[in-house]
Formats: sequence, C-alpha cells, structure tokens
Amino acid sequence: MTGYNELMQYQIGLMRKWIFGAGRKAPPSLLVPALVVAAAMFVPLVYLVARAMQADRQQLVTLVFSSRNLELLINTLLLTGGVLAIGTFLSLPLAWLVTRTTLPWRRLVTVLAVVPLAIPGYVMAYALMGIGGRYGVAARLFDLQIPNIQGYWGAVIALALYTFPYLFLNLRAALLGLDSSLEESARSLGYSNMQIVRKVIFPHLLPGLLAGYLVVGLYVMGDFGAIALMRYEAFSFAIYNQYAGAFDRIYAAWLSIMLLALALSFVVMEIFVLRRRRLASVGSGSIRPAKPAVLKKLLPVAILYLIVVLGSSVLLPVLMLAYWLVLAPPDISIFLQVPWTFVSSASAALPAALLAVVLAFPLCYLAARYPSPLIIWMERSAYIGYALPPLTLALAMVFFALQTAFFLYQTIFLLIVAWTIATLVLAMGPIRSAILQARPNLEEASWSLGYGPIATFFYVLLPRLRRGIIAGIVLVFLFCMKELPITLLLSPTGFNTLAVSVFTRTVEGMMAEAAPFAAAIVLFSGISVGMILRREKAL
Amino acid sequence: MKLFTWYVSVISVCLVVLTGMAQASELTLYSGRGEAFVKPIIEQFQRDTGIKVNVRYGDTAQLAVLIQEEGQRSPADLFWGQDAGAMGALANAGILATLPQDVYVGLPDIYTSATGQWVATSGRARVVAYSTTRVKQEELPQSVFDLTRPEYRGRVAIPPTNGSFQAFVTAMRVLHGDARTLEWLEGLKANQPKIFRNNTTSVAGIADGEADFALVNNYYLPRFTATDKDYPVAQTFFADGDVGNLVNVAGIAVLKTSKQQNAAVQLVRFLLSPAAQQYFTTVANEYAVTPNVISNPDLTDTKVVLQAAPKINLDQLADLEGTLNLLRRAGHL
Repeated sequence: MTGYNELMQYQIGLMRKWIFGAGRKAPPSLLVPALVVAAAMFVPLVYLVARAMQADRQQLVTLVFSSRNLELLINTLLLTGGVLAIGTFLSLPLAWLVTRTTLPWRRLVTVLAVVPLAIPGYVMAYALMGIGGRYGVAARLFDLQIPNIQGYWGAVIALALYTFPYLFLNLRAALLGLDSSLEESARSLGYSNMQIVRKVIFPHLLPGLLAGYLVVGLYVMGDFGAIALMRYEAFSFAIYNQYAGAFDRIYAAWLSIMLLALALSFVVMEIFVLRRRRLASVGSGSIRPAKPAVLKKLLPVAILYLIVVLGSSVLLPVLMLAYWLVLAPPDISIFLQVPWTFVSSASAALPAALLAVVLAFPLCYLAARYPSPLIIWMERSAYIGYALPPLTLALAMVFFALQTAFFLYQTIFLLIVAWTIATLVLAMGPIRSAILQARPNLEEASWSLGYGPIATFFYVLLPRLRRGIIAGIVLVFLFCMKELPITLLLSPTGFNTLAVSVFTRTVEGMMAEAAPFAAAIVLFSGISVGMILRREKAL
Repeated sequence: MKLFTWYVSVISVCLVVLTGMAQASELTLYSGRGEAFVKPIIEQFQRDTGIKVNVRYGDTAQLAVLIQEEGQRSPADLFWGQDAGAMGALANAGILATLPQDVYVGLPDIYTSATGQWVATSGRARVVAYSTTRVKQEELPQSVFDLTRPEYRGRVAIPPTNGSFQAFVTAMRVLHGDARTLEWLEGLKANQPKIFRNNTTSVAGIADGEADFALVNNYYLPRFTATDKDYPVAQTFFADGDVGNLVNVAGIAVLKTSKQQNAAVQLVRFLLSPAAQQYFTTVANEYAVTPNVISNPDLTDTKVVLQAAPKINLDQLADLEGTLNLLRRAGHL
C-alpha cells in the first residue's frame, strides 16, 4: 500500500516538474495568459484535422502519397536553403556595418534596411520580373538585353530581398547586446581575430541567427505570392492550387498538415541546437559596447555593398512604383483616398502589434526563467500560427468563429486576433533575445530588496527589454500593413486597408491605379519604422 | 404606467419597421471582381433602386472556398466570380439558388448555367496570339490540336498554372475526352513549349522574342496595343467551333441562404441591363452577354465570337481536379 502511495507521489512530482519546472514555481499570472495563447494556436490544428477527416480515402492516396509530393518537398527545401544563404549574405555584413563601424549615416541605413519588410511581395516580384526581357525596363531605358528573372532564382532572390530584414534585425540586436569585454579578454588570452570570431562572436550570434533563420524559413515555406508569380513549384504552391484551382479545402488541409509537420521539425531542431547555452553575462556592471572600427580602405567596398543591397531591396521596387505612377498617372481623387485608407489600415495593425507584444512577453519570460517541458512546448506552439499559409489560418478562424462565436464573425476584433496568432512569433524573437541577455540576478536583487513582481517588471525588466519590445512592435506592424489573405477573409465587409486597395486594383490588371496605395504602404511604413527606431534611444 | 406601455410599443414598432427596412434594403455581395471595376456599376444600382449593397472584395477562388466554409451561416446574398469554374463548383456544392427563368432565357447557351443557378455577366475568349514579325499568315494554326506538329516546336507559349488556361483544358476534356486531351498535352509537352506564368507575360514573351505563338485570353493584347501601336503581336481565332476558342465568363449567382432573394435577383437583372453591359464591354474589353450593345472597337464583333466559340456546358468546367491530374501526368505541373 505504501509502495503504491509512493509511486503516486512520485508520478505527481514528475507531472509537477513537467508543468512547473524543477526550480521555482512559475507564477500563475504569467502561466494563464501563456496557456491561452497556446490554446489559441490549437484552433487551426483542430480545423485542419476536422477537414482532413472528410477526405475520400482513394483520392487521398493519390494526392497525399504521390511521388510528386517528394519533389515538392525537395523544391521547398532547396528554396528555403537558397533564401537563407542569400539572406545571410545580405544581412550579416549590414548588421556589422551599422553596429560596429564608423560608417556615416548608420541610423538612416538601419531604417532603410528594415523598409523592405514594408514592400508588398508582389511589388518586389513584379519589380524583378520587369527588369529583364526585350520590353523590360533595362531594355527600354538602357538598351540592355538581360534574361528574365524567374523560376528558382527569381523566387529565391525575390524572397531573400524582402525577408532579409528579419535576419538583419536579429543580428543587429545580438551585436548590440554583445559585451565587448568578452572579446577583449579573449584577445588578452592570445586568441587571433579568426579565433575570436569563431569562439566568442559566432556562439553569441547563433541564437539570433537561428531565430532569424526560423522566421525567414517558415515564411518562405508558407508564402504563396512570390512563388506563384515566379512559377516555382514548392509545397505552398500545391496548397494554393488546391484552393485556387479545385476550390478544395480538404486536400488543402492534408497538404497544410504536411507543411506544418515539416515546419515544426525545424522548430524542434532549433531547440536541440540551442540546448544548454547560457549567454547572459554573470559579471557585474552593464554591457560595454565595442569600440567602433574605423573603415579606411574598406569604406569604398562597404559603400558599394550598401548600394547593391539597398539598391536592389529598396530602390528597385520604389523605382518600379514610380514607373507605374509616371506611365499612367492616376486621377487625383485616388491620391485623396490614400491618407484615410492608411488610418484605417493602421487602426487594425497597431492594436494587433501591441496585443502580439503583450502576449509574447509571458511566453518568452516563462521559457527563459522557468523552462519546464510544458512551457517549452507552449512557447514552441506559437510557431503554428506563423508556419501555416495565411489563407489556411484565415479559413480556420472562419470555422472557429462560425462554430463557437458567430457574433465575432467578420469583426475587427477577430481580424486583430487572427493577425496576432499569425505574427506572435515575430514579436517573440526580439523579446526572447532581450530577456536572455538580461541577467536574472538583477530581478532577484530587486525581489530581495522587497519590491514586488509588478514593480520589478516596470523598474528592472522593462527598461532592459525596451529594444526587443520596440523591434517586436515594428515587425508585427509591418507584417499587418501589407497582409492580404487574412484581411480579405476576416475583416468586416467594406473594411478597407492599403493592401486591400492594392489588391482590388491589380486583380483587374490596373497597376497604375494600385501604385499610389502600394507606394503609401512603403512610405508610411518607412516613416513609422523611422519614428519607432528614433524612440529606441529616447525611451 | 400607461404612458410607459405606449412608449414601449411605439419604440418596438419602430424597431421592427427599421430592422425590416434594413433587411429589405441591404444586400451583401462577395465579389471576385476588383473594386475599380465593380464600384461604379454598384453605385449606379444603389442610385437606381435605393438598395444598399455591401461588397466584400477578394480572390474568386478564395471567396468560393469561404462561402463553402460559411455554409448555412453565410452573410452573403450574392457571389460574383471571375470564371465559370468557380460558379460551377458552388452550383455543384448545392449552395446556389435557382434564378427565375426570364433572367437567362434568350441568352446564348454559352452564357448560362444549364441548371439556371447562375448567369454570365460578361465573356472573354481564348485566342491564339502571334508575332507579326516572325509568323507568316499561312503558318497560323486552324486548330489548337495543330500545335503538336513539328513546325510549332519550341515556338508556343503556354501558362499551365493559370486559371484560364486550365479552364480551357477542362473544356477540351469535356468536348474530346480525357484520353485525347492527355495525348494532346503530352504532344505539346514533347514539342518544347515555352512556359509562362500568365496571359500577360505570355503576350509579352512574344514581343520579347521568346515565343512566336501564345494561348491567351482576348483582352490582354489590347492593354499593350493601347500604349504602343507598333506592338509586334496580333491575335486571331482558330477555325469556328474549335475548343481553342473557348469563351469563358464572369458569372453571378444568388445564394440559397439569402433572406432577400427578390432584391438579390434585382441586382442580377441590373447587371444584364444594357447600361451595365455597355459598361463591361467598354471599360473591361470583355464581350457583352446581351445584344443591343455598341461593340468595343478593340474587340472582335460579338457575332464572330459566338460563331467561333465551341458549344459547351459551362457547368462542366468545375472539374479542375481532373484537369490538374492530367496536367501533372503530362508533366506540365
């Protein structure tokens, strides 16, 4: 009998450890919101399983277990790998230039490097496709015949050009948070420059780089737009074909589940790579920023590099928009609609950005300070919303609202919730890095001095998370400003955003009429990023 | 107390009247056609009838999937789709109401659903576009089936992932059977076609010298020639009745679940009125569905189109899954 009781107690103990972790107990005030978020992430899963169960078995076998899916899988992996490689080439030197050198106009360069996030994917794709060919821009303006950019390389370049800022922001934050005393100690111990990069800098950049890879990689896997435009057959393209060609939700659900499995295997892989790494410094005092390197001979190279990177990612699409505007200047009344439409867009995008940041904090904080298995899995579940193709997520939210809360259907509230589910991971990245770099012993000191958790949060933690929180807001805001599939399905009927205005014109082939709205997305988003980054220091 | 009862009854009567009015005079339209195209004509309808129309814009396929997902609880009264495939898919799903006969009786067969569940608002034809510099008149193919011959090797542009192209392949399956279609697709594949993303890029591909012929919709070339009179591309039909001349349509339907069938049908009738039809052909370079419309000078005459078009039941264009399978088997997807 006693043996049985002991066994029970042992099992209860194990369960408690699984839920709350081995050390201190996670505070319920954080655990509850984190549980709500994790539950929300399961809504799309429930939907997918419900739809997948409706499949006809015979059709299922031909569609799901065909050799074609293997081909799609390989194409998807090739695409993801290519985008990550080019993205690293675009972002790593850029992050180093703006954080560790005396390059002039570093702040402007920083803002410009974030702007590509605001450029709608189709603008980037059209810009790239409009260069080549006999009647392309290059031929018309410069009499230069270059081949059309399309297929694999077209898709890789287009996707890399508007996703590299995710890598850039993560790397910039990691470089800014790096304590230079580490490098100096390494140097005094006789390490060569290469050794310092390999043994000190690289391990510290790794979490940021991997987080960025995950965000970009999952985006690439779920993206319809550029892939469909560039005619590259990846997994998401097959899902798109199910909806767009066959009006079919059931096999699309199967393909979505397969895509999700692939995406989540990457998410799990990242856990194992980063396991048992401890990066917060334990010494006393604040982080000392590194002395910026003076670019001498390297300056022309750096400027050339900036021209290539920013020229292709910012200038090219902007020129494309200008070309459309000049080619067929639309009526002035269209320009007058732009400011009001921007207000309408921002009125939904800003609440979504704030909500995402508020919900990201408990998950990141618990995962950093109370990493029990349950909490780690809850944190990782946040990737579900992001990894799904947005159209699938939107249909899941339709399903959810119709089944449980019809009064929410086609309201702004549901749109904001769906956007938050889709973008939570974007907010979590920078906040997680900030928490990992903030030392826990400061919080412990605050508690021991008798300050409660709320006071500790506002006086000790929040000032250290400022940069991460701002980056999170920027990322979510920019995503929502140009988001389309979720908006089209879930917004209230008649609700207009800049992205919707662009879509409802391009769908009838009216590029020039769409251009003012697309330009407004780029311009206003650029200004918002500039303003937010300015506050980074002042806050 | 008496006053209070009186008050309450007056207010409730007002509320009932108001909600009744609101219900009677507001329609919700899910539109796969873009705002720039739809808004002017819907505003005209509102002015004429006093019926308010709320429009939800979106991608045709996505809205068709959305309506299926919403099922019984759909807020939509009407669905206006870009292509017959989407209309047929909804008709087959049993979601659409049957329209009154007088809406569609008298229209050419190619513009109505056989079951009367939706009706075309405008049409567009498949044509063969060709290079005016590299193609001689006698080289123009008489049938789309000719394109597998050796003289067209490496010269034909197709957009296999494009919805209009896939609808055309579906039409070929309906008229000539799966075996013949697969044979054609394989022959075409073996003839080294140039693959393009959509109609626009296919037409541009001819100008760029990448291909000499392209299978496209009729209204893309006028967009290029509008700004460049010397654009080196022209287009023509195959022989009369050839499946390569398929006329596809944008269609409108009333949902079964709509509580305002009458007002919804009123909008359908309006879109078939001479004013609306004139607008479609003038602004969008598409073919009018009804007669008595002044022809757009950029378009082939409607009579020629009706004569060239293959006779086909548009509801059968819904089986896109079968078409995708064939395209995959032939190695086009």
